[in-house]
Amino acid sequence: MEKSQIEFRNVSFRYHDDSPWVLKNVSFTIHSDEWLAIIGHNGSGKSTIAKLMNGLLFPQEGEIYVSGEKVVPETIWDVRKQVGMVFQNPDNQFVGTTVRDDVAFGMENHGLPREVMVERIQESLDAVGMQEYERQEPHRLSGGQKQRVAIASVLAVSPKYMIFDEATAMLDPKGRMEIMQTIRDLQSERSLSVVTITHDLREVTQADRVIVMNDGEVWMEGTPRDVFSKKNRLVEIGLDTPFVSKLAEEMKSAGLPLSREPLNHQELLEELWTLDSTR
Amino acid sequence: MDIRFDKVSYVYQPNSPFEHRALNNLSFSIESGSFVAIIGHTGSGKSTLLQHLNGLVQPTDGEVTIGPYQLKAGVKNKQLRELREKVGVVFQYPEHQLFEETVAKDIAFGPENFGVDQEEVQARVKDAAKATQLDNSLLDRSPFDLSGGQMRRVAISGVLAMNPEVLVLDEPTAGLDPSGQREIMEMFNRLHEEKQLTTILVTHSMEDALSYADHILILNHGEVYREGPPLDIFKQKEALEDVQLDVPEVIEFLSKVKEQHGVEIPYEGQTIAELAKELAEMVRGGRDHE
Ligand SMILES: Nc1ncnc2c1ncn2[C@@H]1O[C@H](COP(=O)(O)OP(=O)(O)O)[C@@H](O)[C@H]1O
Ligand SMILES: Nc1ncnc2c1ncn2[C@@H]1O[C@H](COP(=O)(O)OP(=O)(O)O)[C@@H](O)[C@H]1O
Ligand SMILES: [Mg+2]
Ligand SMILES: [Mg+2]
Repeated sequence: MEKSQIEFRNVSFRYHDDSPWVLKNVSFTIHSDEWLAIIGHNGSGKSTIAKLMNGLLFPQEGEIYVSGEKVVPETIWDVRKQVGMVFQNPDNQFVGTTVRDDVAFGMENHGLPREVMVERIQESLDAVGMQEYERQEPHRLSGGQKQRVAIASVLAVSPKYMIFDEATAMLDPKGRMEIMQTIRDLQSERSLSVVTITHDLREVTQADRVIVMNDGEVWMEGTPRDVFSKKNRLVEIGLDTPFVSKLAEEMKSAGLPLSREPLNHQELLEELWTLDSTR
Repeated sequence: MDIRFDKVSYVYQPNSPFEHRALNNLSFSIESGSFVAIIGHTGSGKSTLLQHLNGLVQPTDGEVTIGPYQLKAGVKNKQLRELREKVGVVFQYPEHQLFEETVAKDIAFGPENFGVDQEEVQARVKDAAKATQLDNSLLDRSPFDLSGGQMRRVAISGVLAMNPEVLVLDEPTAGLDPSGQREIMEMFNRLHEEKQLTTILVTHSMEDALSYADHILILNHGEVYREGPPLDIFKQKEALEDVQLDVPEVIEFLSKVKEQHGVEIPYEGQTIAELAKELAEMVRGGRDHE
């Protein structure tokens, strides 16, 4: 097996012996340097998947491998060094008394020298636009600011895999885009796999690949273009398609022949341009 | 109820090294019965502003008037209880505040606490559950057995059971899946109209601000940066970008159509299907290029 990937092999999970299965025979692979989006209705099992990836939970059936190493209680410290995670509710993620301490905390576990830590704290707070809040107490921040600090903590550690579980839900539109761009830039500089669990459909269109969860099962796996071409079926499972897909769909109904499923504004504009010049 | 902020400032941890002026000399008013969206970058003061509306915090300077109630710097308000009955606030991730054994008890908590009699409480629980489309069969279940979207509905029902006249919503759809988001916003919109509420929505979705609000207020560093009707506000792309915001995607797309095709299709609230027809007309030559 390839060394730099995460693999779920026939994983089933439930929270208690007498409660229903929350994940049912789930198998997939996250490749090295990939940007993977996981989408699905509330309760479909996305956060459970995230928690299984760094050993916060363990499956009753099946196995999970991180960089070739099986995730079991004995390996979790090693696994957690490689898998950085930001959750949707940042309140439970703070341990330090100041923003700065908090960002430092994750790095201490990695045994980084002090000079490197100081530099990384600056860089990562800068990247999320929170440099002015270094000495603030984390619980005195607004919801979106807490999310930014939680993201900075993961950036500072710079793990091989980064999992964002609805980590930007409380950010303003530009803030959300900027943070995604920061991570993308990082990915172009070094080896990094990114998993975003999100309801932001426009963000999903930028992923390399999408996994759609439904009721604890992998419902579909494919490129954003493949996934968003299944409009009606997505709506049936509580999801939706992005604005561009909806508009394209209506344009087809209005009698305009589009040559392919457009994913973003530019592609749809190009379709219009072709139609416009060939009429 | 009419709401007015008159030169309101709010300072966190005054006279400490962490002193932070979250609202700065803020003045604006909201007409009774309107649906106002408050937008602004993270940390711009939105949640702090909302906390003034039911007296969770008191202005450091200035005065807030909500119908007959007043919150004034330095003056203790003796009617806070009454104010909190009239102004219902749905905080961020409200389901984190659920704590009762059953859904029904959680919804009943507010009115019981305010001394409403049992019969009336039970009627309100049923009404509130109906308004949020929570099935009656769920009332005896533990709220913790429910899905995220259902838990949020329970929390919202608890606020509605107080029969508020003003409904204050702090990012009420964050964390919900797309159909959950749509359902919850449609529900607020319906309640707003049926119960003639004054609704104040903090949101990061420019789409929701455009679809539901009749007035938009943009906060920046604790000050009013712009206010006006959605269609006017969202014409100001650059001004929005300067404060970390954006225009709704439909408007962004139409401005690109204009740039690249030289054809202006003004946005006036058309549905996607209507826009598709206009675009089809454009490419079929129904509209002349400029
Ligand atoms: N700590 C828990 N105890 C019991 N059940 C849980 C717990 N956390 C989640 N669940 C249940 O597991 C299912 C999947 O939840 P989750 O993975 O959080 O879904 P998602 O992140 O896709 O919304 C849901 O039915 C949820 O109610
Ligand atoms: N308890 C607090 N103590 C000190 N500063 C705070 C506190 N709560 C919020 N702030 C600061 O006040 C500003 C406004 O916060 P908030 O109103 O929560 O913003 P928003 O809701 O627009 O994101 C932020 O810069 C935040 O850091
Ligand atoms: Mg989740
Ligand atoms: Mg806020």
